[in-house]
Amino acid sequence: MRPPHPLLDIRGLRKSFGAVEVLKGIDLAVSPGELVFLIGPSGSGKSTLLRCCNRLEEPSGGSIWFDGQEVLADRIDINALRRRMGMVFQSFNLYPHMTALGNVTLALRKVLKKPRAEAERIALAALERVGLAHKAGAYPAELSGGQQQRVAIARASALEPGLMLFDEPTSALDPELVGSVLQAMRDMRAAGMTMLVVSHEMRFAREAADRVVFMDAGVIVEQGPPEQIFGAPRHERTRAFVSEVAR
Amino acid sequence: MERFLDSFLNAKLIAATWPAILSGLVVTVEIAALVVVTGLLLGLALALLRWRAGRWIGWPLMLFVDLFRAVPPLVLVLLIFFGLPNVGIELPSFAVLWLVLSLVLAAFAEEIVWAGLIAVKRGQSEAARSTGLSENQTLIYVVLPQALRLAVPPLTNRTIAITKNTALGTVIGVPEIINQATTAVSFSGNATPLLMGAFAYLLLFVPVIGLGRWIESRFAWRRQ
Repeated sequence: MRPPHPLLDIRGLRKSFGAVEVLKGIDLAVSPGELVFLIGPSGSGKSTLLRCCNRLEEPSGGSIWFDGQEVLADRIDINALRRRMGMVFQSFNLYPHMTALGNVTLALRKVLKKPRAEAERIALAALERVGLAHKAGAYPAELSGGQQQRVAIARASALEPGLMLFDEPTSALDPELVGSVLQAMRDMRAAGMTMLVVSHEMRFAREAADRVVFMDAGVIVEQGPPEQIFGAPRHERTRAFVSEVAR
Repeated sequence: MERFLDSFLNAKLIAATWPAILSGLVVTVEIAALVVVTGLLLGLALALLRWRAGRWIGWPLMLFVDLFRAVPPLVLVLLIFFGLPNVGIELPSFAVLWLVLSLVLAAFAEEIVWAGLIAVKRGQSEAARSTGLSENQTLIYVVLPQALRLAVPPLTNRTIAITKNTALGTVIGVPEIINQATTAVSFSGNATPLLMGAFAYLLLFVPVIGLGRWIESRFAWRRQ
């Protein structure tokens, strides 16, 4: 059952790397305000699917619609589209030569063309939301992994995107630092952000996700509310994966 | 000892030669400064062109870079100075030296900056592009500053090494330090002017090396 106006609508999406087909026809719709979790064994194509959404990977076939725009159209302004889809990476990818504030203001100033003072005000507010306004002047190397990832979240959210893509945001973190990042995501969800999340944080999925999508070998095997996927999976492969990660 | 002092630190000769050495120093500084500016700018431009234009610029650029890195600068200086007049192009010796050293420095600088560019992790440009920055903005604000940070130490080394090659100007009659010194040596039959020349190089390059260190420390940012 599909809601009438999905914010993100992926249909028949295919992606091959050479002879290897990583995505074999994916259909997925995300409604405004929804938090959708992508889970599955490594190599199942979750990250590739996410990276196709803003065309960091160029899909081989299918279509993607975002907010009424055809993402894969030839003549689309890809930069304008990307700034409305925030992305958070496993390895943070903060710019090491800029302070936390500099990381957040760069796109505000160069893409949205905000004057410096306004960009800094917006950036500080974004850092405040992830609890790091006091670290605005710190360089990435002076921050913990959890802090770096929260700055990365602020960098993406300061542009007020319509959708946030999270590519294993906590996988590179020490266990004790995961909580602060999940809290930032929780706050974002409470503020009504639409989120598509690739992650292995099953407890977080159970608690926060509206829908969990299980992928394996380039196809969506099963999707549904977390109670179904974790409590009563219908497919054998889902059952096997869920029991494996639950151990 | 007295003979040594007489042939290497002859006071009368020092007094007589220092204006010539000084004028040589001025010429050397002029060429060196010009070479540093044009060589580094050209090298940077070529590396950026290669980054943006990709394959089609590849092999002619490689040809130029490998040629100018492989052939000794002395050979290039002689070839161009004595060769170009045969095809109707006569360049003053000063211009030939400037041209050759600029091209040699550009060839090395291109490779050094290129190495810096490809050493910057892919995730950096992906993060930048994901916020809507264009390819050029990503290069200018995110990738290039990190690439230059890596490139500055080898670049200052190479720049110093190549600007010292201004001494090659002597074989085509550029009146730089070594040219002045060897002229004075042959007139006097005494090695003192050569030692003065060496001293002039110290005077010139010790501050340059210091400047290089300063630039390196400016470009270093705090890292783990």
